[in-house]
Amino acid sequence: MTEVDARGLSCPMPVIKTKNALESIEEGEIVVIIDDATARDNVLRLAKSKGCTISEERKGDAFYLTLTKSR
Amino acid sequence: MVDDPNLLVGLERADDAGVYKLSDELAIIQTIDFITPIVDDPYTFGQIAAANALSDVYAMGGRPLTAMNVVCFPIKSQDLSVLTEILRGGWDKLWEAGATLVGGHSIDDDELKYGLSVTGVIHPLKIITKDGAEVGDKLLLTKPVGTGLVSTALKGGVAGEESLEQVSSSMTALNKVASELMLEAGAHACTDITGFGLLGHASGMVEDSRLGMEIRVSSIPIFPEVKEFANMGLVPGGTQRNREYRSDMIEMTSEISDEMLNILFDPQTSGGLLIAVPGKEAEALLQNLHRHGINEAAIIGEILAEPQGRIIVRE
Repeated sequence: MTEVDARGLSCPMPVIKTKNALESIEEGEIVVIIDDATARDNVLRLAKSKGCTISEERKGDAFYLTLTKSR
Repeated sequence: MVDDPNLLVGLERADDAGVYKLSDELAIIQTIDFITPIVDDPYTFGQIAAANALSDVYAMGGRPLTAMNVVCFPIKSQDLSVLTEILRGGWDKLWEAGATLVGGHSIDDDELKYGLSVTGVIHPLKIITKDGAEVGDKLLLTKPVGTGLVSTALKGGVAGEESLEQVSSSMTALNKVASELMLEAGAHACTDITGFGLLGHASGMVEDSRLGMEIRVSSIPIFPEVKEFANMGLVPGGTQRNREYRSDMIEMTSEISDEMLNILFDPQTSGGLLIAVPGKEAEALLQNLHRHGINEAAIIGEILAEPQGRIIVRE
């Protein structure tokens, strides 16, 4: 599983890293770890626009977003 | 600070540029602006940086006279030909503006930056600040918005050549003609749209005033694909700061999406002029702008008596 650790990064880097990760796989899951609320919103927008299914978990200050890409 | 009566526009009520009176007929406008590269091509970047720096003089209704280059250049890692091209871009825009380059200053820096300090002239009684709007004025915007989102989409490899060309030709365009035409039309107030985004700079026109403003989102010119980039979350870092800074001044009367707000607060580079012009002159000014090739100009709202110091944003 691909992991994108975007902690400490602010917009637009988390979105761009997530986009690159999504494009590197044909299908499957990637987990994005993010600690900036605005960047989280923007990563969720990207995931929706790419048709991914999304699940989210909060651990401390960080959001763990699991994005599932299907063909 | 020395209280100098000749300082007509200064830091107290921050405007696009400072204005200092030399005589009853003449005042100088001073401004400085430098930016990091927003496009890869150095010549285009030089043009954009210069158009961006000159814009503050145009927003005050002035005429640029002289300019000085401000250069931060990574001399160890970049070829000097890159700098030559950047300066050529700046030079060409100054020539187009009719301004003279009188010097400059450069330092070695890890991150490339370029811009200009510009001095312009204006009659002290003809200064157009962001404050002078009146109830019944229409608001004209002379360039589309979305340069920040396009720039982020370029970084993310999402925006194509066509997007790049469209925003580049807009960002390299001087606000010179728009400024001259607004003066002819008897504009009451003006500001240029840059880092705070459209709503951020519009807020400055009514802040702490007895004026309100209405902006109609459906009338705002927006670069192609920008809505898609906003929907994909390709939002520059400055947008959220812009929103937080001015959100208290914004009233939404209809459903405006969060993505659209990210467009309305998108930080612009070398954006257009936002002009408040008497209502009866607005249509003629708009036609005149279009006739002079400023094709994207549009009437996007108006100045109202209420709500004081706030902006109503509707669809």
